[in-house]
Amino acid sequence: MMLTVLLTPITVFLLLALVAPLRRSGRPAAFISILGALGTFGAAVQTWVLVDRLDAPIQRVWTWLPDSQGALATVGYLADEQSAIMILLVTLVSLLVQIYSLGYLSDEPAPAIGRYYVYQSLFAFSMLGLVLAPNLVQLFICWELVGLCSYLLIGFWYKKPSASRAAVKAFWTTKAGDVGLLIGIVLLWRHTGTFDFGELQQMAGAGLVGVDGLALITFCIYLGAAGKSAQFPLHIWLPDAMEGPTPVSALIHAATMVTAGVYLLVRMAFLFALTPDVLLLVAWVGAGTALMAAILACAQNDIKRVLAYSTVSQLGYMMTAIGAGFASAGFFHLLTHGVFKALLFLGAGAVIHAVGTNDITHMGGLARRMPQTMIVFLVGTLSLAGVPLFAGFLSKEEILAGVWAGGLTGPFVMLLMGAFLTAFYMFRVVFLTFFVKPAHASGHGHGHAPHDAPMTMGLPLWVLAAASMTIGIYFMLHHPAEAVEAPGWLAPVATGVALGGIALAWATFQRQIINAESLARATGPLRTVAAHGFWVDEAFVAVYRGILMTLAALVGWVDRYIVDGVLNVISAWTVSGGDGLRRIQTGKVQDYVLAVGAGVVAILWWLRGTM
Amino acid sequence: MGLSAYLALAAVIFSIGLFGVMTRRNAVGILLGIELMLNAVNINLVAFSRFHGDVTGMVLTVFAICITVAEVALGLAIVILLFRTRRTAMADHVDWLKG
Repeated sequence: MMLTVLLTPITVFLLLALVAPLRRSGRPAAFISILGALGTFGAAVQTWVLVDRLDAPIQRVWTWLPDSQGALATVGYLADEQSAIMILLVTLVSLLVQIYSLGYLSDEPAPAIGRYYVYQSLFAFSMLGLVLAPNLVQLFICWELVGLCSYLLIGFWYKKPSASRAAVKAFWTTKAGDVGLLIGIVLLWRHTGTFDFGELQQMAGAGLVGVDGLALITFCIYLGAAGKSAQFPLHIWLPDAMEGPTPVSALIHAATMVTAGVYLLVRMAFLFALTPDVLLLVAWVGAGTALMAAILACAQNDIKRVLAYSTVSQLGYMMTAIGAGFASAGFFHLLTHGVFKALLFLGAGAVIHAVGTNDITHMGGLARRMPQTMIVFLVGTLSLAGVPLFAGFLSKEEILAGVWAGGLTGPFVMLLMGAFLTAFYMFRVVFLTFFVKPAHASGHGHGHAPHDAPMTMGLPLWVLAAASMTIGIYFMLHHPAEAVEAPGWLAPVATGVALGGIALAWATFQRQIINAESLARATGPLRTVAAHGFWVDEAFVAVYRGILMTLAALVGWVDRYIVDGVLNVISAWTVSGGDGLRRIQTGKVQDYVLAVGAGVVAILWWLRGTM
Repeated sequence: MGLSAYLALAAVIFSIGLFGVMTRRNAVGILLGIELMLNAVNINLVAFSRFHGDVTGMVLTVFAICITVAEVALGLAIVILLFRTRRTAMADHVDWLKG
């Protein structure tokens, strides 16, 4: 059953990738892929039920690289409480996104649709392989594979220069972190002699993992997670990744792949617990990322970029919770966020599909034209803003409680400010998109009035909206047992902050009591800074260019003066030596005879003693 | 007269021949020098043959004289060809092999 989860998507991938006519046929390929995703989802549900009933992890490993003492590396699966519920999220969102894409990409040519579903199936396999990985080696391989899928899908419209540039940027930025992860894994192996999660956990539990040098290892692993999960300053790729099709953003850049970093840290939490310094760093960087991305989201007019920054921000929340030592809270937020952020992206996709633009200032008044989309988008927004009864409320509150309990006052305040801004920028989007009259009357993309999305796109939206509501209400009633005991004032404060943000957005964009322009001006220099994304990109370019140019100048100098110099000297010697030797070859036979005679005399002189 | 007298004569003739080869500008002169050197060797061979009572040296000398005749014929033919094509028989004018 567990193998079904892994083998179904890879079979679909191989089938579609190798049988070219099937792939080029487009929609049949899509149906096969969706059928595969459905089967995978079914198997994932069974797995989850099984793990829940057994109340014990199911593990199976095969030897991959044999060694004299046992196996050096194994492949297999490990379905425990965390991975079982994670594959449920992955397969659910993957299935819904694949159904949704059928409508979203209906205008694409058939081969492009086939190609899209090939990538989707490969992604599903790699992500599930990552989640179910019983050891770090398999995890790393799948980690790189999802990075590859992300690259391929961001660059899906590869003829668009901005899309291919964004794909390359995403690949390299995450790769920068991945190098850290690889180093961390190898160092950890040298430190402990195993890649296996179970063995590592046992060793850590028995206190057999030496603390000396462990901080470096956990830091390297965190680097990988920071790249994948878009932590400052490696977050720059995620907003650009929005060049890909919107369903891809929903699946990869909101719900699943970007959370891989958080998932890795949750998996390795027992190890990170031994290095409190690194945990502190994780928390501070996470909180900084959460607040910074929230500020940036307020300055964006592209609906997808707002959502992208919001994803960065929420990933920051999860990281902060892990840094505070409450990995389960971060993991809980990962799950709820996966559901409602996928919902938001798919809703935004429906809007973009109908209107033909990403710019929220060009939208407006869509509530009447697209009531269904409006309702589900609102559910997602309320969830993200952290309003009670919705999925995001509890997980966010748990994070805040955890950070408070961890004694991290600074990050706690930053997260609270972030929560306020989250509510503000999300409702800014809602009001500008669905309610106010459009400021710029622009031509609509499809040449007719925008309307609700077709069935294939509508169904996933409703499923996700229902899931968001269900999770929210369910956990409201059955508070998870392992949750942190939150101080009594926290829930009202968190709710109040969220409602405050909503009220400010309402007053600014709906009622227009507060002039948006003067509000922006009131933030002063922060506005300029936010408009430039804190100059992180520019800083990267400057540093990169500085290092590269210095290095290039150095290499150029060495090449020009040392390598070329040595070669030039040797060639000059050769030329002058040849020139000198040329002179003794006069072409006159008598000179040669003289030389022979002189040679004979010289030899005789040399041999004189022996005669 | 002992063996050394013959050998001394041969050495002198050889040296004269070598000197001629080295200094003569005319190709015919060089050929004459070579003849002298070869005949100096022949003198050596005959002298050793005579003093050791072994005819092999004499046989070899006859053989060498025959070879010498052929060599001179070939050499002179080359000189004539050279003179026809280059209008000169001076060896130092012929330096096509100069590097």
